[in-house]
Amino acid sequence: MKFPAFEYARPTSLDAALGLLKVHGADAVLLAGGQSLMPLLAFRLAAPGLLVDLKDVPGLGAIGIDAEGVRLGAFVRWCEIDRNARLAAAHPLLVEAIGHVAHYQIRNRGTVGGSLAYADPAAEMPGIAVTCDGEIIVMGGAGERRVAAADFFLGALTTCLEPGEIITGLRLPAWPKDRRWAFLEFARRRGDFALAGTALYYDLDSEGRAVDAHIGVIGAADRPMRLAEAERAINGSAVDADSIAAAAEAASLEVDPMEDFHAPVAYRRALVQTLVARALTRAAG
Amino acid sequence: MKPGNLLIGAPMERVEDPRFLRGAARFVADVNLEGQAHAVIARSSIAHGHIRAIETGDALAIPGVRAVITAHDLGPEVPVIPLRLQPLAALEPFRQPMLAHGKVRFVGEPLAVIVADSPQIAEDALERIGVEIEPLPAIVDRARAEAGETVLFEDHGSNVAIRWTAMRGDAERAFANADYVRRETFRIQRHAALFMEPRGLVAQWDATARKLTLWGAAKVVFANRRILAASMGLTEQQIEMIEVDVGGGFGSRGEFYPEDFLIPFAARLLNRPVKWIEDRREHLMTANHARETECEVEIAATTDGRILGLRGRSWTDNGAYIRTNGSVAPRNVAQFMSGPYDIENIALSTIQLTTNKTPAGTYRGPGRFEGDFVRERLIDLMAKDLGVDRVEIRRRNLVRETQMPYPLATITPYESATELDGGDYRELLDRCLEDFGWAEKVKLDGQLVDGRYHGIAIGCFIEGGGAGPSENARMALETDGSISVYVGSASVGQGIETIMAQIAGDALGAPFDRIRVRHGSTGHVADGGGSYHSRSTVMGGSAIVLAAEKLKDKLRHVAAGALGCEAGEVSLDSDAARGPSDKSVALSELSKTPMTAEATFHCTKMTYAYGSLAAHVAVDAKTGQVEVIDVVSIKDVGRIINPATLHGQAVGAIVQGLGGALLEHLVYDDEGQLLTGTLADYMMPGADCFPNIRATVVELKPSPHNPLGAKGGGEGEIIPVGGVIANAVAAALADFGVEPLELPLSPPRIWALIGGS
Amino acid sequence: MRIKFEVNGTKVELDVEPRVSLADCLRDTLRLTGTHLGCEHGVCGACTVIVDGAAVRACLMLAVQAHGEHIVTVEGLSNDDALSPLQASFRKHHALQCGFCTPGMITTAHALLTEEPDADAERVREVLSGNICRCTGYIPIIKAVLEARAHYAGEDAPP
Repeated sequence: MKFPAFEYARPTSLDAALGLLKVHGADAVLLAGGQSLMPLLAFRLAAPGLLVDLKDVPGLGAIGIDAEGVRLGAFVRWCEIDRNARLAAAHPLLVEAIGHVAHYQIRNRGTVGGSLAYADPAAEMPGIAVTCDGEIIVMGGAGERRVAAADFFLGALTTCLEPGEIITGLRLPAWPKDRRWAFLEFARRRGDFALAGTALYYDLDSEGRAVDAHIGVIGAADRPMRLAEAERAINGSAVDADSIAAAAEAASLEVDPMEDFHAPVAYRRALVQTLVARALTRAAG
Repeated sequence: MKPGNLLIGAPMERVEDPRFLRGAARFVADVNLEGQAHAVIARSSIAHGHIRAIETGDALAIPGVRAVITAHDLGPEVPVIPLRLQPLAALEPFRQPMLAHGKVRFVGEPLAVIVADSPQIAEDALERIGVEIEPLPAIVDRARAEAGETVLFEDHGSNVAIRWTAMRGDAERAFANADYVRRETFRIQRHAALFMEPRGLVAQWDATARKLTLWGAAKVVFANRRILAASMGLTEQQIEMIEVDVGGGFGSRGEFYPEDFLIPFAARLLNRPVKWIEDRREHLMTANHARETECEVEIAATTDGRILGLRGRSWTDNGAYIRTNGSVAPRNVAQFMSGPYDIENIALSTIQLTTNKTPAGTYRGPGRFEGDFVRERLIDLMAKDLGVDRVEIRRRNLVRETQMPYPLATITPYESATELDGGDYRELLDRCLEDFGWAEKVKLDGQLVDGRYHGIAIGCFIEGGGAGPSENARMALETDGSISVYVGSASVGQGIETIMAQIAGDALGAPFDRIRVRHGSTGHVADGGGSYHSRSTVMGGSAIVLAAEKLKDKLRHVAAGALGCEAGEVSLDSDAARGPSDKSVALSELSKTPMTAEATFHCTKMTYAYGSLAAHVAVDAKTGQVEVIDVVSIKDVGRIINPATLHGQAVGAIVQGLGGALLEHLVYDDEGQLLTGTLADYMMPGADCFPNIRATVVELKPSPHNPLGAKGGGEGEIIPVGGVIANAVAAALADFGVEPLELPLSPPRIWALIGGS
Repeated sequence: MRIKFEVNGTKVELDVEPRVSLADCLRDTLRLTGTHLGCEHGVCGACTVIVDGAAVRACLMLAVQAHGEHIVTVEGLSNDDALSPLQASFRKHHALQCGFCTPGMITTAHALLTEEPDADAERVREVLSGNICRCTGYIPIIKAVLEARAHYAGEDAPP
């Protein structure tokens, strides 16, 4: 399984990278960590004429934390999220979820931008982006645009990125200190893509009722999605056995799992129900 | 040299290890020859169809592409892979051609060989091969195979290849008169050996000497040389097969595959060294698969749980062709389904079916893993039905020591009879219960603890080993006093350089570090049987013992001349020979030229290691996830050469078995496409899957069949795992009435059994 | 493309096609064949090498991406005289059989213990879950790595 032939460029500025994309069009593919792209090349499922390595493009590797929230540069690697001491407080759900990404060696290479661009329906990073009202920052020939994560993922391995555009980062809104949250996924083995997973959070009002519930799932549709009905079942209620059961059931009906040989649709629905119930229980605990 | 027993039984560190640990080993992919070209294989992407055209022009036009070889280039008769085991005429119609012609019968079947200056260019050319195949319906399951509306082999006219029958006593009568009968249908999924080093070969043709040298030989090197010689029109003497380091075998590696002919053929055709290294995708779709079996079996017993009979039929899905392994797994399913139990009446048959999937062959414990799953499940079902304790029912039915040697069912049409060679089966059942802590753990059975249901189970097994008919060893006392040991056994990673040196050292009374073991390659001994059926220690080790006796005889005779006494009066130690008057002569004086001895050990009787295995699982009823909390095994191999390496084999076998019980599955769709064609989809156990495995190996009852008293021990613990884990899951989920009849025990399957919908 | 990097302390400069993986470059061009290819799609871990201190899969990296980097392979963790403490621990615990996955286990464990000499059994299992071994069942590998930890803590720690 040897890679097909391609040219390789390592521009040293974003403009230069954008310029290469403009010249080569769809024939050029961006390379960040390469942990999703290289297997595709190995199986010859992709045959780009040019790989544009973003490694030397300055400014893509930063992790920013401020009152507005968290900003992850597109070139931030999973291991850097692990190591960043401030992130655990600034966005515990992010850190917990990213802890489930792949294996040690992959975590040393794989990047935020790469995962967003690859758009695997079971991947954690897109799931967190969608669940947490993330905004994906995209640079193109016409300048920067920001796309709500909810609008970014169009289907399995499909995003709204236009030819010639580069993801430069992801913004996640600020995380209140007392927020309740949980992340749970079910994979056959550690590091595998999950059969399904859920990331969720809510805040409590002064009466102890849940407000602003965000319940997201991965591996349960052709893209990561939030579950409006499940959120409705929690919002305005105490998070107790009844509301948890109602939310979990709503979740199982709301998802739209894909059938594959790993698991039938009915199983994935039931799994979502179990995971949402357990995650809400954990968050409430 | 005094006969000693210092090395045998010692947990010697392996002599192989330093080179592996330093990255200094030499696997076949590490072999590079001056001027070598690289081969890749163009393979069918269609499971079943008529080949209409293979266009090679575009591929040949790529600079650096040296040849594209199709079946037309192989001569008027395309050679086929012969049957190494069970060479029955009935199986001959199903042999695989080295390159497909006329029809393709599975996805991955070789269509052409591309040879180029680099593997990259060869793969570029692969994309330019134009293949036109007129598809036929794909036969992917038993129902369609048996219906026979479409057949793989039109000349044969049926997808049924052969039927094996194992008979003992009078099953008809036993079932007619039995108080208790239960019948169930069981399924074992297709999975595979999946050794970590992909297959590979480097072939060099010397046109002047008309000699072929092949690196990458493995397992049954001499048998493969015979096959290669016949298919290439060469004599065996024209071919040298070299075994370099080998990264795992488990039954699948080293069998003769099409590439074992195609790569040497290409090297001769181009008169240039050719290297081929399999990639993982083609490994998954072309190396032997295994295990896919369906069994409709019934058990008959008295009301107090004495088993009276086993009766039924099995079907193995053998895939598209019958390769070298013939019918090993299907026949074993029938003959060994009774395992270690005394079952007087048996009528079991296995039908070997051809389908449009990758051909199946042997994988560690072939047919035995499958049969044990069926039998151990039936015993637990029976115990439950009859209200007899599951341990007691096993104890009651195990073959007793006084019954040894105990004949198993007679199988037809080939290699009919075999008998268990001895052992105290009940003793190891009891020890396993104790090691496991059964009395305490049984309290957890069916209990819900922290959201998971706990269950335990125990099973008993036998492991066949020591296949004959013979093995050869040669030994040389070198002029520097070192001893070279050459043996026909092969390394598949099991550490034979170490254990053979331990055997040789004790046989000669020589220190370990003075012995160097060479194995596998055709240059070492006149003929070799190789390594399969847990035979290396038994057969190769025994041949070494015999060769050592001959070498000592020679030394005594030579020394007698020097000492002026009779050979019978000479005693040997590691450095000198001594006469009766305490006169001595240094061995270095006697070995001015290397002194050699060669011996053959003959034996056609199998050894049967045996033991028990217990497991504790916890099941999440909501997800169907089975967690393996603890596995404990014990096995008697008669004589332990190296307890550390043997323990490693036992633990490794258990984890492979857990993979087969819980994770691994080669899944096909209706068109015969393999869906699990990557290691991301074909799930092998990882380091965090099964953290608690406790294996014990003992030497309780030596085998009577060889001078070491050893029983083959490389496979045993994999055999009971499917049945025991399924029984533990049933015990955990007793409240739900869950009785798993199908492997693997995947979360969706368990969830469905519990009643999820 | 002309690239330069350092491998096992030696500077190398070579021409390489962009499509050549780091693993193939190490194996075929530099003849460092201790780095093994078990799957070439980033699952088995046999090709693990250490790039600027981080364990990575050499089959998922291009040689041209290694330009300017410091690379350590299993050969760089070995010397001719004695086995390293980690290697010796593997040998003592019989943490290998066929030996094919072993270089990846050694490089991965070395990178882990260099960063986290106090890694516990669960962490070791988690990290090594990215390296497939078909022979040993992993139990002795975990033992070997845990026992080698002492050599990575304190002043004796390897560079």
